[in-house]
Amino acid sequence: MKLSKIGLGIALALGLSMSAQAAEVEVLHYWTSGGEAKSVAELKKMLEAKGHTWKDFAVAGGGGESAMTVLKSRVVSGNPPAAAQIKGPSIQEWGEEGVLANIDGVATKEGWDKLLPKVVSDVMKHDGKYVAVPVNVHRVNWMWANPEVFKKADATVPTTWDEFFVAADKIKAAGMTAVAHGGQPWQDATTFESVVLGTQGPVFYNKAFVELDPKSLDSAQMVEALETFRKIKQYTDEGAPGRDWNLATSMIIKGEAGMQFMGDWAKGEFTAAGKKPGVDYICAAAPGTSKGFTFNIDSFVMFDLDNKDLAAGQNDLASTVLSPEFQEVFNLNKGSIPARLGSSMEKFDDCAKLSSKDFVESAKFDTLVPSMAHGMSTFSSTQGAIYDTVTEFYNNDKVTAKDAAAKMAKAVASATADL
Amino acid sequence: MSLNRILIYGVLTLAAMFYLLPLLVMVITSLKDLEEIRNGTMLTLPQSLNFTAWDKAWSTACTGVSCEGLKGYFWNSVLIVVPAVLVSTILGALNGYVLTKWRFRGSNLFFGLLLIGTMIPFQVILLPMARTLGFLGIAGTTWGLILVHIIYGLAFTTLFFRNYYISVPSELVNAARIDGAGFWMIFYRIILPISTPILVVSIIWQFTQIWNDFLFGVVYSSGDYQPITVALNNLVNTSTGVKEYNVDMAAAIIAALPTLFVYIVAGKYFVRGLTAGAVKG
Amino acid sequence: MNASSKPKLSFGEYLPKIVVAPTFVATLIFIYGFMLWNAWLSFSSSRMLPKYDWVGLKQYERLFANDRWWVAAENLLIFGVLFIVTCLVIGLFLAIFLDQKVRAEGAIRTIYLYPMALSFIVTGTAWKWILNPELGIQRMFREMGWESFSFDWLVNSDMAIYTVVIAGVWQSSGFVMALCLAGLRGVDENIVKAARVDGASMPAIYRRIIIPGLGPVFFSALIVLTHIAIKSFDLIVALTGGGPGYATDVPATFMYTYAFTRGQIGVGSAASMMMLMAVVAIIVPYLYSELREKKQ
Repeated sequence: MKLSKIGLGIALALGLSMSAQAAEVEVLHYWTSGGEAKSVAELKKMLEAKGHTWKDFAVAGGGGESAMTVLKSRVVSGNPPAAAQIKGPSIQEWGEEGVLANIDGVATKEGWDKLLPKVVSDVMKHDGKYVAVPVNVHRVNWMWANPEVFKKADATVPTTWDEFFVAADKIKAAGMTAVAHGGQPWQDATTFESVVLGTQGPVFYNKAFVELDPKSLDSAQMVEALETFRKIKQYTDEGAPGRDWNLATSMIIKGEAGMQFMGDWAKGEFTAAGKKPGVDYICAAAPGTSKGFTFNIDSFVMFDLDNKDLAAGQNDLASTVLSPEFQEVFNLNKGSIPARLGSSMEKFDDCAKLSSKDFVESAKFDTLVPSMAHGMSTFSSTQGAIYDTVTEFYNNDKVTAKDAAAKMAKAVASATADL
Repeated sequence: MSLNRILIYGVLTLAAMFYLLPLLVMVITSLKDLEEIRNGTMLTLPQSLNFTAWDKAWSTACTGVSCEGLKGYFWNSVLIVVPAVLVSTILGALNGYVLTKWRFRGSNLFFGLLLIGTMIPFQVILLPMARTLGFLGIAGTTWGLILVHIIYGLAFTTLFFRNYYISVPSELVNAARIDGAGFWMIFYRIILPISTPILVVSIIWQFTQIWNDFLFGVVYSSGDYQPITVALNNLVNTSTGVKEYNVDMAAAIIAALPTLFVYIVAGKYFVRGLTAGAVKG
Repeated sequence: MNASSKPKLSFGEYLPKIVVAPTFVATLIFIYGFMLWNAWLSFSSSRMLPKYDWVGLKQYERLFANDRWWVAAENLLIFGVLFIVTCLVIGLFLAIFLDQKVRAEGAIRTIYLYPMALSFIVTGTAWKWILNPELGIQRMFREMGWESFSFDWLVNSDMAIYTVVIAGVWQSSGFVMALCLAGLRGVDENIVKAARVDGASMPAIYRRIIIPGLGPVFFSALIVLTHIAIKSFDLIVALTGGGPGYATDVPATFMYTYAFTRGQIGVGSAASMMMLMAVVAIIVPYLYSELREKKQ
């Protein structure tokens, strides 16, 4: 009898210590290192200040591939985390499965429709209701350059692809690596989409990678883009295949290589190495894309958990993520720009300021396009089909550009076909 | 020394170098600082013994929001491995005993079915197993993960014990039976005392498999209960920041120490028992 | 010798069956049940999450029209054959060399065997370094003054699958060595002595007498190696990630990619059904020989 009384006492004490609104919010993410991990820790602190507990569920690897496997298993087991890092059209795929939580309540209260640009809020909604909250906006079509290398090679930073090859030839002739590249499918695709945007323009880009128009995928324009893309390979070094992107960036930092095509997260590497934008390194739009903006938005999706306390925790998490404080801290660390409109850019560097300006302007001129390489323009199945043809073409010289374009159209058709 | 002996030792040494190379690279790298790693080749020896990377990997490296190194996860793995190894080995021994000494109609078929079970690619069972664990209410718990390891270890342990016990003369068992000894008595008094070699094999095998497992660990555990391989993956798979190869390598060696230790200490018995089970079977 | 031929209490009669029952039930549900479940999904339109409808053979058609699948299948064939043969050859030769009464045999054996203890999650980074031309062996030899030395298989689409074989052999050949060594120790010394008296040379004795006697050893090793080859997953992921391009993709990584990262569970399930069928085709002869032995 005594024992059960003690048990009751403990249960009561536990019950009392948790306020009615407090919840243990489990967050699945794949930011486990460096500045990203620090930013997540910041989010944890802010959420805990609101009285909730953060249950960390980190799964690194392959740009979130392992995390997706884990997430699927958790959802199938009927035990999803409260929030998970999912982005782009995949949000719609999860929404279709009917497993996401509706956070319209907090969104309406805080007026998210006014706080977010339409391109961003469209991605966050399923069936017109908010199911996700954006963390940041990355620009993918950057080119990072080392001015020292250009000076030594007597070359100028290119703004078109023709200029690019002239500059690359000079750097190569001067005995340095012109392009620092990491030969992984997603990096191949990142470079490729910049080539497509730069050589064929945003209208074609949208037709091919957003509308998935078979006639554009298998077209003379695509062939031209593919050929330009493969020409880049001769300016990369022998160690490129399989190299991680941050190692490629460090080649720029150390002056071993001249240029790298990579999204603005690369900036974190320069900052960590104590380099200043405009002085030690140059951030320029990839050749021919200065008016364009390829966006990649990270976001947290909330899962339907049928638990009032947790729902409160999810709302608080969403509200924290979109708060000006978090948006600033996080994006300063990550190299991206805040997704929230009207955020102060004062503390940000010149690259981020340029990115922020271009983001607003490109939206006006319809040159703002979703990144194919980062899963912003299609479902993962289609993205995978494009990856396969692009990376196969880049790595295998026996495949002609014409065949690759035809293959791409075929693979995309097969991946999108409804059964 | 004759030419023959020189040849023999030469070949054996060359082979030993091949086998040792990856471990050597890991150990050497873990003892260097980043500057040394950048400037030397992978086999350049460190200028001094520097254990800071080891210290960091064990107690301060980040594996997500928390930066407490691998130490907590190391014990998680121990908590998973010990019960899973024990239960699967005991069940395997009993299964092997029944399949060889208490055969029943269909016992061969059962063994055949089990054998095919060893070949199933584990990627196939991830989702249905998740569903089952959810149904049982143990999804995301250590118990769920232990259960999965037991289930998919049973086929192997049964195979080991069955192949070993089949060479134990049935006359022994039959004589005991005539003397009135029962199922458990015979197992306890006759079978178990001669099982040491195969017990060692089963334990080493299961220990290695479960300790090294990543796929089940990452999918069926969560948060603070993740095994060390998952933490290692989180630590090594840095996508940003300076890659600290020395810490990565030290962490990898830490994660591998228990299995390495077991192989070095008990390797002799492993080979002996394995041959007894595998060759004669 | 059969248990049922003896009179006994009914509980005692059922006891052995009760003991194996948990394993039996677990096998039925968690292996065969899941296989069936997987088979069903391969006939469904499942994408992101499992869906239980029926689309016939459409996912298989999709799979067979996929270039990457055929690359993966071919890779498994190349990798499997080379991996198994190399492991057997190296394992046998090391065992023969080690059986010549060498000093420090125990230590050498441990060195050959220890890779079995490590997963590729652990050794993957080190392997990537060793094989990478700019960081590993190639750079080492070049810095030692051999400027023209070239070893760039890892980054060469046509050769990358062979580096996977090298790492695979590294991990598993020690195990084969141990099996062969035990087999060699079991050879009757009198036969060897008699053959020597008859004037046969040592190589001839190995070729004619000892190696043929190792048949069962090779057979066991073959089964284990086949099983390792088909299941190879960590090895590929850690070493090449399937690259360059998808030049080193194998069915296990293909299935995983489609089912989990690309939201095409239907195609992934069809791929795993093909893998399962291959497994059955390999293991049935083994089972047949097992059961035939019982009848003797």
